[in-house]
Amino acid sequence: MDADQTTGMRMWQNALRRSTLTCSLLAICLGAIVTQMAFAAGSLLHKKAPEFVRTDFNHRTVDLNAYRGKVVLLNFWATWCAPCQLEMPRFVAWQSKYGPRGLQIIGISMDDDPAAARSLYEKLKLNYPVAMGDEKLGELYGGVLGLPVTFLIDSHGQVRAEYRGETELNTIERRLKPLLLHPSR
Amino acid sequence: MRLGIVAMLVTLAPFFAHAQGPASDPSSAAPPGSAFSIPQAQLLQPDALNRLLQAAGADKPLVLQVGSHVLYAQAHIPGGEYVGPGSQPAGLQSLQSRVASLPHKTFIVLYCGCCPWNHCPNIGPAFTKLKEMGFTNVKVLYLADNFGANWVDKGYPVEQGR
Repeated sequence: MDADQTTGMRMWQNALRRSTLTCSLLAICLGAIVTQMAFAAGSLLHKKAPEFVRTDFNHRTVDLNAYRGKVVLLNFWATWCAPCQLEMPRFVAWQSKYGPRGLQIIGISMDDDPAAARSLYEKLKLNYPVAMGDEKLGELYGGVLGLPVTFLIDSHGQVRAEYRGETELNTIERRLKPLLLHPSR
Repeated sequence: MRLGIVAMLVTLAPFFAHAQGPASDPSSAAPPGSAFSIPQAQLLQPDALNRLLQAAGADKPLVLQVGSHVLYAQAHIPGGEYVGPGSQPAGLQSLQSRVASLPHKTFIVLYCGCCPWNHCPNIGPAFTKLKEMGFTNVKVLYLADNFGANWVDKGYPVEQGR
């Protein structure tokens, strides 16, 4: 290999190194941007609630599609979330009171440890299905990046309201009642 | 008129204070292990941490998430490591193991953001553990509501994955 060929080879290698570096930086930047976009487009308000199928703590299938015709209150919670635990007894009361008028509450635990979630589920005597969630389900619902998070889904499967963080429960109740059968009762 | 302005400032003061951290520094009166037990001087605002992480050549802290793994997998601070929930013995053990070999002056930033600051069960115990171990340069990211509202929704960079 003569001097010209060696120089040419070095220039080519340097160019390749520079383009690889540029591509890597671009990929990192694009990755960050894509992540931001995914979360920016996260609001599901007035959109169809993303479908999912899980198995609840009683080994029954929880298929969101199967609840079409009912008003669904989808609540993401965890055992380490104090505000979540304040909400759940009220949800139990709503399930008893409004269940006959078409309300179905579904709980999704975002705990890392299913045993802890099951234990609280039993302690609070939750009267609605509860299944374990994960990051995929969280991302499907626009990112569950702090709890509690609750979605109000109408009988056609459209998201009518979403509540992120501590929420005055009377606000949720006022919003869900008109969606039920016999709303004036 | 002057009295009205003073009254307005007094009324609005807590709102401005909340944007920076807890309204006053209640760390001396707070129960040990609660988020309020962390002195205000140790708190780092999201914007300040983001600027620190973006600055070229700056002394970058070791960023540790001490909350939920499911939340971490959805989004976390780029370069941040998951160590486990500070409210549980396993999480504290994992934190201890991660920092055991580090010099006590290592710049460490802890964060959680699982739920509102005043309800966070993880951040206080994790901070106390590092203090007990002798770490002298520990800051805590102040997330008033949660990681989604105070970091992701503000447009600060995130990574996904476990």
